[in-house]
Formats: sequence, C-alpha cells, structure tokens
Amino acid sequence: MIIALLSDIHANLQALDTCLRHAHDNGAVRYAFLGDLVGYGSDVQAVVDVVSRYAAAGAVVVKGNHDEAIDRRAGYMNESAQEAINWARKMLDGEAKVFLAGLPLCVREDKLCFVHASASFPERWDYIDSKTAASESIEAAERVYTFSGHVHDQMLYFQTGMDKIGAFKPVPGTAIPVGSHRRWLALVGSVGQPRDGNPAAAYAMFDTTREQITFYRIPYNHHAAALNIREAGLSEMLAYRVQKGI
Amino acid sequence: MLEKLTPGTELDGFVIGERIHSGAQGVIIGVASPDAEYALIMKVPRVGQGESSESLLSFETEAMILPALSGPHVPRFVAVGDLARTPYLVTEWVEGESLEYWLDGGRLPAVEVARVGAAIADALHSVHLQHTIHLDLKPENVILKRDGTAVLIDFGLAHHAHYPDLLAEEERFAAGSAPYISPEQVLDDRSDSRSDIFSLGVVLYEMATGEMPFGMPETMKGMRDRLWRDPVPPRSIAKGMAPWLQEIILRCLETRADDRYQSAAYVAFDLRNPEQVVLTERATKLESASLFEQVRRWWNSHDHLPITRRRPLVPATEAPMVMVAVDTSHPNDQRHPALQRATSRILSLSGEFRLICVSVIRAAPLVEGSGGTATASGLHLEHLVRLRHWVEPLGLPAQRLSLHVIESANPADTLLEFARRNNVNIIVLGAPGPKEHTLAWWRSVASSVTAGAHCSVYVVRVPTVRSGAGVIDEDAAAYPPAQFGW
Repeated sequence: MIIALLSDIHANLQALDTCLRHAHDNGAVRYAFLGDLVGYGSDVQAVVDVVSRYAAAGAVVVKGNHDEAIDRRAGYMNESAQEAINWARKMLDGEAKVFLAGLPLCVREDKLCFVHASASFPERWDYIDSKTAASESIEAAERVYTFSGHVHDQMLYFQTGMDKIGAFKPVPGTAIPVGSHRRWLALVGSVGQPRDGNPAAAYAMFDTTREQITFYRIPYNHHAAALNIREAGLSEMLAYRVQKGI
Repeated sequence: MLEKLTPGTELDGFVIGERIHSGAQGVIIGVASPDAEYALIMKVPRVGQGESSESLLSFETEAMILPALSGPHVPRFVAVGDLARTPYLVTEWVEGESLEYWLDGGRLPAVEVARVGAAIADALHSVHLQHTIHLDLKPENVILKRDGTAVLIDFGLAHHAHYPDLLAEEERFAAGSAPYISPEQVLDDRSDSRSDIFSLGVVLYEMATGEMPFGMPETMKGMRDRLWRDPVPPRSIAKGMAPWLQEIILRCLETRADDRYQSAAYVAFDLRNPEQVVLTERATKLESASLFEQVRRWWNSHDHLPITRRRPLVPATEAPMVMVAVDTSHPNDQRHPALQRATSRILSLSGEFRLICVSVIRAAPLVEGSGGTATASGLHLEHLVRLRHWVEPLGLPAQRLSLHVIESANPADTLLEFARRNNVNIIVLGAPGPKEHTLAWWRSVASSVTAGAHCSVYVVRVPTVRSGAGVIDEDAAAYPPAQFGW
C-alpha cells in the first residue's frame, strides 16, 4: 500500500492540488496530512475543505501549530505569521474551525506514527533540527516509521546498528529502501511553503509493502499562489517567500 | 538460518548448491533457479546471537546499492531476501579469475600492470558515474573476465550518493581493508570518489612491485602513517620500471585527494597511452621524501589536517574527457576557428577537463618506388604537427592534453570506438559546411557520430551568410550538450 505524506500545506491550494494529483497518478491509496493546513497562505477555507473530505474518506490528519493557533493565540509567531492567522480566523467557517480544533496531535497505527513536530511532547512544537531531536522523537514514537513536518526541509533520519542516528538529505524521486528492522523518521518537507530556495512543492510517498520511501519535489504554479496571497491583502513577505521558495 | 541451507534444499525458489566460500562475514553458496540464464550465487550474512552487527550492516548496504547498479562492471542483481526473516542476496556468478589469485604475490611486467589497471579503472569509472564509491577496492574484490574487462564485487562498504549511508556512523569498521584504504577513509570520510583512485594506486603498486606501499598495518596508528609518509618509489623496488608507470602510481597515491587523478577515466587513459603521460618529479624519484619533509607532514597531519575537510562526492562527470575531432587533412577549412572556439569554451567550464585531439586520416597510398613505410610514418608525423598547431592557441598545459593521429578508412566508426574506449564524455566535431561537396566523407562523419555516440556530441556549425541578413551566430547553430545547460 502506498501512503502519500503531505505536510505544511499552509493554505496553498495550487500546491496541494498538484501534489494530490501527482500522488494519485503514482499509486497512492492512502493519505496522511501532517499538520499546518493553514497559516501563511490565502486559500484557507478551500484547503481545509479538501483535507476534511480526505479525512472523511479515511485519511490521517494531525494538528500543526498554525492549526492550533486558530483557536488558541500563539505568542511565539512573528508578525506576518500572526497576521495570516488572524486573517484565516476571519475567513474560516464554523465547520472548518471545529474540524481543525478536533485534530489529534499524534496518530499511531501499527508500525507507523504521524505527528507534526516531535513525537516527544508534540504539543511543545519542537523542531527536529538535529540527530538528538530526531532520536528523541523516534524513541517517543515507539514505532518503526515516524512521519513529520514542521521543519520545511526534507530529511531522513535512521537508527544505525549501534543505535546511533544517521541523517540523510534525500534526492528527489529516488526510492529509498527503508527496512523495518531499523527505525526511521522522515521529514517530508512542505507542500505550500518550501524554504530551500526551490519553490517546487515537497511531499513524500511511503510504500508499506516494498518498504520504500520516495521524496518528491513537484513544480506547480507558484506565481499564481503568490498572487493569491497578494490579492488577499496579506503581507508581501509571505507572497515573496512562496514565489522564491525561501 | 545458515545451517538450514544444505545442498538440495530450496529457499524462495532458489535451489541451494555447494558452499563456495565461508568467512567471518557470512557464506557464499552456489544456487540454481529455473528462470536464470546465467550462474547464480547466494550471499548469506552471519546473523544472530554472538555475531557482530558488521556483517549485517555490510549486507544491508550491498543489498541497497547493488540493485541500483548496472553495466558490465558489476555483478547482476537477482534477488534479496527479507532482512528481518531470511537475509540473503542472489547475484550473478561472475565468470573469471580473482585478481588476488591471478597476482599470487608476484610482480607483473609494466604492460600487464597497465592493461589490468586500465580495466579496473574502467570499472571504477562506470561505478562512479552511477553515484557510487566502492571504498573497498583490493585484488580479492576484482574479477578479471576472459574478455579483458574487470568486474568489481562486494559492495558491502560502498557509498551511494542517493541512499542513506548506514556505515557513516560506524567509525569502528567503516574503514575497509587496512593496506588499501585512502587517507580520507582513515579519517572516516566516506564521501569522496577519489578514495577509490588511491586504492587503485595501491593495487597498481602491488602489481608492479609485488609489495605493499604502506605495508600491512594492523593498528590505527599504522594506518595513519599514510597521512604523512609517502611510499618507497616503485622504481627503487622494481628496477627498470618505466618512469610513466611510476608517475601514474604515485599520482594515484597522493595523500591529498586534490593532488590525485580526479577521475578514474584519466587513470585508464594514461595507462592506455603511456607515451602521452606527462612526467613530473614523481616519475624519476628513487627515494621517499626527506626526513625533514616527512616530519613536517607528520606535524601537519596532527595539526590542521588539510585532507580532512569534508567535501561532497565529486561526480565523475565533473572531470570529463572532451574529445575533439580535427580534420587535419584540410587545414584551411573555415570550420577550424569555430571548432577551436567551441572547444575552448567547453574547457573553460572546469580546470579539470582533459582534451583528446583526434585526427583520422586515410591510410597513405602506397606509391610505387617511394618506400611505403617511410612515407606512412612521415604522413603521420605531418598530421601530428598540424594537430599540435591546431590546439596550441587553446593554451592547455601538457597534462590536460593528448594528441592522436589514427589511420582509418572509416572515420566515424574510428572516432566512436576511440571515444568509447577512452570514456569520453563529450565529442566535439564540425557540422557539414556549405562547400560540402569537396568534403563528402566528412558529412557522414558528423551525422554518424551523433547517431552512434555513447555520450553527448557537440556539433559545431560555421556561420552561414543569408542574403539580406547578417551572419548567423555560430552558437545558435551549435547543439550544446544538455548537461551544461547552455
């Protein structure tokens, strides 16, 4: 079974649509959304509508810090991020807000764990930005495979034979064997706001049968997405970031 | 699991045969399969209580990398068993002789060292082009096939740039075989393809002298010696060894990776073209560096370690071989300046590019009473002089350049064969010009080479003048090789 792993969509409908179509065309039969459906972008209602439709059909959806900020003010956000959240709060209908508020922080299924940030205290929104942080999350997840977002860059962490942690920056489009005899943590990248200088949307697919994970970078009309942000009257900085992938 | 694999039993459709090898890491068993068109072997690692994780990690590494490799220089991958339940790896059984048995501790003549060395260098180059570094090159991991080519086996310590490096964290044994590993590997760097070139240098040294350049160290300290000590020059062991061979061997064995050959294709080329090897002080020295120099290096190796800086895998394609076909039979042809400019522009992309200039000439007609042989060699020399004259304006240093005049009645096939044999990455040649009727054979050369080449071909067109329009830029008419993104 192939599971599409999509995180940090950040209200970017163009990017989400493109990734979902790509996933479907490449054999995805299940979907997992790893949080931060909203924030930064302008297509808040449309993105939540799409994801809740997938959720109704059985998709895994976990909560991200931006989703949480819709009904709980977050003190740590910068001005433009906060502005986008305030705007989203006005734009979302009641049903969408209920959907976001009801999302779990972490979902564990069989060998898999889905969580937006670290499986160790997911509510603290700690970034997996080091081998130590990856190790803590892997331990807390107590599963073979942990899939996360929050950090917008793609990365694959793995336990080695001596119970140390290795880190690997994936090459897009390469199917990486991830045997279930060791534990893995994949940061799948950001669909809606990549920050590595490449504006192409990032997501990943996990094949449970073949035990392979493939990271993807999918080009989409990011100029149109940036234009939407500008037309919504959100901060120019947010439009520029989507346009440049920074 | 091992004890269950007795001859005649079956595992996932493979019929177990005799044990071929049994070692600390695991066993190798001959297996049969009704679907297989060639002989097969099954590698089974030692796992379980009391066994080291080493054999399993190496096994896992090979099982990950081998399916991604292809070509005539690696064993064909057939199947891998579930690592958690029944770990095994089935591959092609490579017919041939292990270099270890072939060498048998002896010393080979230079011609043989060059022939076998070039075959190994070809194999390394093929693997490097597939984003992989072998990291355990030694005679027992080289199979020489009857057709003269080499196959590399055992990718248990290899590194593939597209896959996680399971061994990178395992300082304890990620090193490889002590006599053969590079200084970078001693310092736990597994990401430099030039490490394989160092190991190739050790193998060449061993073949040429019957001795090991850094002995058989058993301690970490012994292995670190190669960070500052240089080997005894092979010519002082094998008296009468050709200077070009020592030049090649010692260049492979340079401590700093930057000072070595940057591509295995270059090593193969030099081994096949000894007369083109530029000799430096490496070629003739008979003694190692002075005590003072060695102390200085020893001090540096403990201090700032110039070779330890981590660098990304250098793709072999970034140190390419550029071959330009020069028509020296028509020295006044108007296409020559355009061809020179195009070549110069490609070479300007990197200080590592090597240029091979080839002129294919028709065999000298045997004129009665003119003394056939003398005329032929005179003609050859004349074209070589023209070729040198052609390339001089490019101002290339001798070590980046080689010149070849080849007599053939079929230029296209000759160019293609020469390019393939020398691992050329880009062929540059002229497109048919407007006055093509005078150069009828050349017309077919450009098109045949483009159609039949194994690599990119840059066809340079000469500016043509349109009535009422200016000169068309030659750049617009040339077909740039895709990998440069022009």
